[in-house]
Amino acid sequence: MKQEYTITVYTENQVGLLNRIAIIFSRRKINIESLNTSPSEAEGIHRFTIVINETEDVVRKLCRQIEKQVEVLKAYYNTNEEIIWQELALYKVPTDVITEKVKVERLLREFGARAVVIRKDYTIFETTGHREETEGLINALAPYDLIEFVRSARVAIIKASNGFHEKLKEFEAYEPAEELAENAFLNNQAEVFSM
Amino acid sequence: METLELKEQTITAPATQSISGSKAVLEAFIAEGVDTIFGYPGGAIMPIYDALYDYHDQLKHVLVRHEQGGIHAGQGYARSSGKVGVVFATSGPGATNLVTGLADAMIDSTPLVCVTGQVFAHLLGTDAFQEVDVVNITTPVTKWNYQITDANEIPHILAKAFFIAKSGRPGPVLIDISKNAQLQTFEYKGYQKCEHIRSYRPKPIIRKSYIEKAAELINSAQKPFILFGQGIILGRAENEFKNFIEKTGIPAAWTLLGLSALPTDHPQNVGMLGMHGNYGPNVLTNECDVLIAIGMRFDDRVTGRLDKYAKQAKVIHLDIDPAEIDKNVKTTVPVWGDCKETLPLLTELVTAKKHTEWLNKFNEYKQKELDVVIHNELNPTTEQMTMGEVIKILNQNTNGDAIIVTDVGQHQMVASRYAKFNQSKSNITSGGAGTMGFALPAAIGAKFGAPSRTVVAIIGDGGVQMTIQELGTIMQTEINVKILILNNEFLGMVRQWQQLFHDKRYSFVDIQSPNYVMVANAYGIAAQKVTSRNQLADAITTMLQHEGSYLLEVMVGKENNVFPMVPQGCSVSEIRLS
Ligand SMILES: Cc1ncc(C[n+]2csc(CCOP(=O)(O)OP(=O)(O)O)c2C)c(N)n1
Repeated sequence: MKQEYTITVYTENQVGLLNRIAIIFSRRKINIESLNTSPSEAEGIHRFTIVINETEDVVRKLCRQIEKQVEVLKAYYNTNEEIIWQELALYKVPTDVITEKVKVERLLREFGARAVVIRKDYTIFETTGHREETEGLINALAPYDLIEFVRSARVAIIKASNGFHEKLKEFEAYEPAEELAENAFLNNQAEVFSM
Repeated sequence: METLELKEQTITAPATQSISGSKAVLEAFIAEGVDTIFGYPGGAIMPIYDALYDYHDQLKHVLVRHEQGGIHAGQGYARSSGKVGVVFATSGPGATNLVTGLADAMIDSTPLVCVTGQVFAHLLGTDAFQEVDVVNITTPVTKWNYQITDANEIPHILAKAFFIAKSGRPGPVLIDISKNAQLQTFEYKGYQKCEHIRSYRPKPIIRKSYIEKAAELINSAQKPFILFGQGIILGRAENEFKNFIEKTGIPAAWTLLGLSALPTDHPQNVGMLGMHGNYGPNVLTNECDVLIAIGMRFDDRVTGRLDKYAKQAKVIHLDIDPAEIDKNVKTTVPVWGDCKETLPLLTELVTAKKHTEWLNKFNEYKQKELDVVIHNELNPTTEQMTMGEVIKILNQNTNGDAIIVTDVGQHQMVASRYAKFNQSKSNITSGGAGTMGFALPAAIGAKFGAPSRTVVAIIGDGGVQMTIQELGTIMQTEINVKILILNNEFLGMVRQWQQLFHDKRYSFVDIQSPNYVMVANAYGIAAQKVTSRNQLADAITTMLQHEGSYLLEVMVGKENNVFPMVPQGCSVSEIRLS
């Protein structure tokens, strides 16, 4: 069954790596719903957050292909239940329409929005949340001359993760710990041998 | 010509340790034990060629006739020697001419380091003369690639390049060096080989528990079957493999690239897998109870229809590349790791056995294939010669000691089916990519990689015309390769498919050839054409005994087909004998 998966990739910070990772998806004609790159908790280590809609079997294979890249340290995949995630959205609307027709205050309360800029000619709101939440405010603003809208890629934190600091030390070691040298997906023996 | 603007480079004051980027490239090669470079010069790589002028007694450079020939020669060199092949090309068209070879080396896991020249760093992105974004073009077809714009990076990037190319599952690496970096002098602190990259784990750690589980399955199996691929050759694990199969008594079949890892006449060698493989191995894949795949990747030409492939069997997969596990065939027990290390561990745990009855089953199928296909192919009663009888006579002359380099098509399948091999690294062919034009340049490279061995390139009349310009390389280097053209006056393999699957509508497969004897002679290469059977044996002996290169063209039946065949979309057990 296809569903949304969030892939978290820890990498070295190198020119060209974004392309190397992106073509793993495009080669298989898989659409990337959202892609974010950012620094991670570990110094010098970059973190990609990629959202796709696929079956688990495909996602697992994609992660192995990603981990195979020389500059990739680790790739994890998670369902939405296993992560905390947010997206950020910005909305630009004419100030006069807002003040006349909808109460700014109501928007702020109902959608947890924040006014980032209020000028005579326009106001910019910001919301952070899941897709449904950021979309709710678009729908509310659509009738009121929404001038511009933009939404960021997803950022996510894996609930069960202890961060990458300790892992990185092991990567730097010449002889890695078992857990690192092996692929996390196969660590569960019961799964491997149940066929 | 290209811009000669030099103003942007940093010129450090001359000191004892100051060397140019170009020189640093060649110093890296020497430290890595490189002895031969295949290449072609041009504007953006001229500084490196200038430096090479002073290194000619330490580094041999083979001037090819086309960069595609250069990279295929590098592949042939790597495959016959087990070392990293090294290739030079200039920027722009020089670099794009490498792409086919990179794709070929990528899918066949061949270790290469290709160095391309690039325009001056300040011109990048300006559509400068002969500027091509080679790093992005080659990303999908390289294991790793990198662009250097500062000479200071050269020593450690080249060290990384060699380490990545040859470690783990080998593959091609491309390093693009801008002209300013080649010219730049910098403080050279010597060359240090790379042995560890924190984000790169060439070998997965071996897990004892998987080995134990695999041994248990093997020990309880009634009809176990081994499939082996190039992983054995790349891992230099031929002896470990032989010990394993001899102790377990399990029949073993090879993929196209696994050929020559086990001597052809080994009693447990039951033949070739896949589309034009042998009858028994294909049919019995769907009867075995435990399938042991070693250093192979379940290519679709091997598996046929996947949902009808070995569904009854438990699968043990030994591979160094974790991404291969479960990629195409679901594995019961994954044995990750270098098979040079995993095979002995497994051999220790398995009980010694003889699967006589099961092995006999392979022999029964073999008999049937002999009667229906092989006998006629090797001893034809037709007036026209068959490819098979040419290979048979070749075997009688080489005794299985030659390196056989094949191109792509019917002759490739026939040669793989019938050629004899006694030693490893002797079968060189373009497997995963199926690149026509591979054989002639690869044979040149193979000879440079193994100068003491006889190298025979077996090529179709189509494929030879794709890279025939490399006869010039043979002429100039005076290298000794034997070129055997099996001429059926057709693009044979495509014609076979048109006959079998497109109602014999022969659409553009009728290909004319030049007078190959005259062409060869024009390049100073001795040659002969054979049109009848009674000349064949003498001609092959003449070719092999000739001092220096020799081209032999053999006219064979125009519309002969290669059988057995697993038609595309069919299961391996639906293999056809006619
Ligand atoms: C570069 C390239 N182009 C096209 C093909 C498709 N192709 C596969 S086999 C073949 C025919 C080869 O003919 P020939 O070289 O005469 O060999 P034969 O099959 O007759 O032995 C062709 C065109 C290919 N494999 N590679």
